[in-house]
Amino acid sequence: MVTLQWYIWLSLGMFMIGIFGFLTRRNIVMMFLSIELMLNGVNLSLVSFSSFLEDLRGHILTFFIIAVAAAEAAIGLAILITVFRNRATVQIEEIKEMKG
Amino acid sequence: MSNLLFGYLGSAILVFSMLVVTSKNPIHSVLWMILMFFHLASLYLGLGAEFLAAIQIIVYAGAIMVLFLFVIFVLNIKEEMKGERFSAGWPIGLTLAAGLFLLTLIMTDTMLIGRKGTVTAEVLARETHTKAMGKLLYTDYILPFEVASLILLVAIVGAIVLAKKKLD
Repeated sequence: MVTLQWYIWLSLGMFMIGIFGFLTRRNIVMMFLSIELMLNGVNLSLVSFSSFLEDLRGHILTFFIIAVAAAEAAIGLAILITVFRNRATVQIEEIKEMKG
Repeated sequence: MSNLLFGYLGSAILVFSMLVVTSKNPIHSVLWMILMFFHLASLYLGLGAEFLAAIQIIVYAGAIMVLFLFVIFVLNIKEEMKGERFSAGWPIGLTLAAGLFLLTLIMTDTMLIGRKGTVTAEVLARETHTKAMGKLLYTDYILPFEVASLILLVAIVGAIVLAKKKLD
């Protein structure tokens, strides 16, 4: 019998792999992919909680997260193309004008 | 869902996620990601969320990942693949992620399960997941639904404005 905890551990694993990728990769495309990975980890935990609690509200929230992820990917990749056009690179360490 | 099926899907998802984060070529990462989405959609199917499994494949694998592929093709991939994959401080990131993982893993032991809702498996079998979700979306969640459509519209216009070449 698969319990709720297994699903939560799996979603935690996905989220943490996403965090690792976001913190360590030098390419901005890969950072975006890591964000998508984190969003999917959260989606899995929402869907599993919702299914085990026999309530559909988690599924509704997952639906909205997917819509917002689509919007975020479109805007982020447009910014990425603009950065590449101006700087001819997408390495995060090359872009440091604001010294953040 | 049987233990064996969950074991296969879960380990495949974790392995593919690792490959996404560690592979050198971003195109390979996107392709591993698409494979991972298919396994995640099967997991959603096992949880009784057919509609979410469908939009996971249609929207995520079909639309968002294709958008990523197009953008990677625009970039100069040969030039980007030179040099190190990870930044110099990668052990710090690994320690942070592993520590946070262990901390939350320990905390799931104290998890308390709340009161169960009304949408049992019998209700879902009677009126299907898509219909149940549609009913909820168009009644209780109509305002967030409209706001989501507005967000998508703003994202489309914003992406076009940002990415188009300056006309001068």
